[in-house]
Amino acid sequence: MPGAEPVRTRAPGPLRVAVVDYGAGNLVSIDQALTFVGVAVRLATGPDDLEGADALIVPGVGAAAPAMDRLARAGLVDPIRRWIATGRPYLGICLGLQLLFEGSDEDGAETLGVLPGRTVLLANAPTLPHIGWNQVNRRRDHTLFAGIDDGADLYFVHSYAGAPGGMAGEAAILAETDHGDRFVSAIHRGNVLGVQFHPERSGGTGMRLLGNFVRWATALSAGAGAERSPVGAGGTAGGD
Amino acid sequence: MLRRRVIPCLDVANGRVVKGTRFVDLVDEGDPAELAARYADEGADELVFLDIAAAPEGRATLLDVVEQTARRAFIPLTVGGGVGSVDAMRDVLRAGADKVSLNTSAVADPDLIRRCAARFGRQAVVVAIDARRIPVDIATAPRWEVLVRGGRDVTGLDAVAWAVRAAELGAGELLVTSIDRDGTQSGYDTDLLRAITSRVSVPVIASGGAAGPIDFVTAVTAGGADAILAASIFHRRLYSIADVKRALLLAGLPVRVTPGVAA
Repeated sequence: MPGAEPVRTRAPGPLRVAVVDYGAGNLVSIDQALTFVGVAVRLATGPDDLEGADALIVPGVGAAAPAMDRLARAGLVDPIRRWIATGRPYLGICLGLQLLFEGSDEDGAETLGVLPGRTVLLANAPTLPHIGWNQVNRRRDHTLFAGIDDGADLYFVHSYAGAPGGMAGEAAILAETDHGDRFVSAIHRGNVLGVQFHPERSGGTGMRLLGNFVRWATALSAGAGAERSPVGAGGTAGGD
Repeated sequence: MLRRRVIPCLDVANGRVVKGTRFVDLVDEGDPAELAARYADEGADELVFLDIAAAPEGRATLLDVVEQTARRAFIPLTVGGGVGSVDAMRDVLRAGADKVSLNTSAVADPDLIRRCAARFGRQAVVVAIDARRIPVDIATAPRWEVLVRGGRDVTGLDAVAWAVRAAELGAGELLVTSIDRDGTQSGYDTDLLRAITSRVSVPVIASGGAAGPIDFVTAVTAGGADAILAASIFHRRLYSIADVKRALLLAGLPVRVTPGVAA
């Protein structure tokens, strides 16, 4: 019954994930973890490397300004914006989440501006950097957290975090964590997910979360073309 | 709430895990990859590998162990011992380590901390400080000096002042070992820990002297440590990681709940 099949725009086989390699941090652990959950990983150092990928992951640690500089030099700023605007699955990890906002207080850098709000220093933190396992408390449910307890521990390494602005930003908050003041530890809007913690270093819980991302991205890319709802449209694509 | 981390340490020499007392009299404690996998399964929050021989052939073996561990453990790995340049740090990170600990090379060239932090981010740079108590009369506040080259060389540096400087230069964490207590199972030097944790805002990992779970508790409550590292008591199976986490929980301290630790 060919008519009953959903429209598929991608080839069968493992999800092809492009991981942006722009010199902002160690990609070995993300590569190892994604390989473990069974996806085909390609490190993307330029726009051509995004061709044929089903999902995009932007990892990274450190400050926003050098990261944006390196993305610009690699010719990746506009391709990443376009990727997001055309409704394809995106996961930002740590700095890859922070870059989604309009700018960073850390060095005044202007960032991707996909989400309203800024990256700000963790307020009233007892120690900085915030390093270690901390609880991720959910604001709402999402496939990303399927089978993971609310308040589960995940591994963090950072001093800054995204502070979503306005009602649209507020609505994107998926989970929060306490270190001094409460900060946003996961966001979701349309085809965009972002996590402040490092699933690739968060043991079994992290592997489950990456597996959930793969399921979400697979469903989203299978439905792509027919019913995409990119961030610009403010939709909630995928299984939440 | 941020969890207090329990970190087993694997001192590696020539491809084997070894452990001594006050940095000497080394005893073989097993195969590093096997021990690392066991600790990851048992709920270690991170692992630290220290290359205590720091010979070129030993380094290759150690990086091999790190790579094997990183492919299946998926918890943060720190590697130290003999890393003396940005390039050497890059090689260690490429093997799958998340952090590198600098010790002797940072004392000889403090700017190395800044260069490594600028290149890889301060979260990847741990400065390890081996400290020894300076004998003073009872009326004087305690002081500690920094030793390097595995405790063989005295530097004359004040350990607390060095800790403050290392954090200023870009260390993301400090790994503070009491040489007086190392391998002696007489408890962590909580005076040393408190002297440092009260002066820096970066996380401090306590090391040297654990005899039992209560010592981990006092390293946090009296010493202000953010994480607690131990070797002998885990290698010799005197206590499990779960035993230590249960003691921390009973003392009202937050831990990551892992196998064998009640919620």
